[in-house]
Amino acid sequence: MEIPLFLRGIVVITGKNMRLYYTKPPVLMFGFLFPLFMFFAFFVGRHLDLITFFPAFLAMMLFFTASSVGPLITPWEKREKTYERLLSYPLTPESIILGDVMAGAVFGIVITSIVWIASAFFFTVPAAHPATVALAFILGTVSCAALGALLASPASDSPPNVMIFSNLVRFPLIFISGIFVPLQDMQGWGRILAYCSPLTYLVDLFNAGFSGVSVFSPFIDCGVLISIIFVFILLARFIQNRNMIKGL
Amino acid sequence: MNAIHVEHLFKSFGALTAVNDVSISVREGEIFGFLGPNGAGKTTTIRLLTGVLTPDKGSVHIRGIDIHRHPLDAKMQMGVIPENSTVYGDLSAEQNLHLSGKMYGMPRAIRDERIGKLLSNLGLFERRREPVRTFSKGLKQRVSIACAIIHCPPVLFLDEPTSGLDVQSRRLVIDTIHQMNGQGSTIFLTTHNIEEANALCETVCIINKGKIVAQDSPERLKKMFDTTQSVDVSFDRKVSRDLFATEWIVRAEPCGDKWRLYSDNPDHVVKYIAGLAEQESLIITSLTTSGPSLEEAFVHLTECA
Repeated sequence: MEIPLFLRGIVVITGKNMRLYYTKPPVLMFGFLFPLFMFFAFFVGRHLDLITFFPAFLAMMLFFTASSVGPLITPWEKREKTYERLLSYPLTPESIILGDVMAGAVFGIVITSIVWIASAFFFTVPAAHPATVALAFILGTVSCAALGALLASPASDSPPNVMIFSNLVRFPLIFISGIFVPLQDMQGWGRILAYCSPLTYLVDLFNAGFSGVSVFSPFIDCGVLISIIFVFILLARFIQNRNMIKGL
Repeated sequence: MNAIHVEHLFKSFGALTAVNDVSISVREGEIFGFLGPNGAGKTTTIRLLTGVLTPDKGSVHIRGIDIHRHPLDAKMQMGVIPENSTVYGDLSAEQNLHLSGKMYGMPRAIRDERIGKLLSNLGLFERRREPVRTFSKGLKQRVSIACAIIHCPPVLFLDEPTSGLDVQSRRLVIDTIHQMNGQGSTIFLTTHNIEEANALCETVCIINKGKIVAQDSPERLKKMFDTTQSVDVSFDRKVSRDLFATEWIVRAEPCGDKWRLYSDNPDHVVKYIAGLAEQESLIITSLTTSGPSLEEAFVHLTECA
């Protein structure tokens, strides 16, 4: 009896989040406009080979879109005093977190796919391994959305505070993950830091999918991304449980 | 089988023990009042009972289902109206109800029928498509109640449901409680309003500093303190407290344009007032005697503990 109820809870929460939070200004700002501005700031007018950098750009887009919904939901619900009601429904904190992750993941997939389709009007990037690209999309969006849920777990009923905190975490990651400087060109500490960033493995998996050239084996990239999903969700659950009373 | 069965519940937040060895049994179909002063542990207890918080020790069974082992099955049995919680302001009343119905797995057709009925009964039908954020507090509370009872729960938890509401909304809430109870639902109600608890509840439990200090029917609780009765009197003009300095009056308190005189023997007080009025050329404009109140019992129990 409990498993179908648990799964239904995830679906209902995902639907609720999609309806309520996709059009919130912080999500549109940090999840859609911001990666576009980053693209214009770093790629346009710099005579870069767009086809070479396209997988990294796509990874950045997926990273920002998928991780922008999660940090908003829980603080928003706590501020609006709807979180306690949510917990009193036939839901568990796990199903609420997974619903938040799913909403972020769907947002990431949809927006990044639109950008990909739109960019096809200007240039074509052939995919060497379409299945790997598809896998990168799925694992990438879920892991980035899980990061979003993790960033929302510290107790706060102030969405602006959580958005600032989440950007403090997200911004440095895009500079150390092989987006602007390819991983193979990084040296010393830069490279060590890159190994610590989950985004590195997503960029690498996209590279493997599009050009067939990657630093790590796609199996390692997938393994790391899957592990990250589990670790982030478990950590989010642990932190939310510890801070549960503060948001009620 | 009890609708709610709680055994030796403990919950601490750091050094503060918010709930200290609470055990409660609520029969099926009963209206159970849970009273206590601010910070007594009412809301924490209701959160433990509804599975929002996990206890440090103890067990909670809702209709025989352990809420901490089978939280989803147990939550399907209940509807909850949290104290400060509200509904989604960006959604309309109708959308909020649909969301609630989906949470309980209600099929669309049943949901539509039930929502139509609830919106009409709670006076929300005309405004069903407006965003809830434009509603008054009373209307929001009606939507909140509708969300909690959409699936006709066998057990309904209400945390301060009438707090801060206007008279019409308050009456509607009370009518809904009676209606749900009439259909067989068990009601677990926390309130600050002693008279409301007195009028509604079959059993009242008083909690103070996390511990249960009394649990009985309102009438029996009142009888525990039946030595104190009161006489309310008003005169045609203002009088000072000094006039009530007699051995028959334990204490005198101003109460609007009246004086409330507490006594162990109201008969002597009435005779004393009659004599006083004649002696001071006062006209008695009203005089009523009343027995011990639940409020007296509440104050006594929570002050003594």
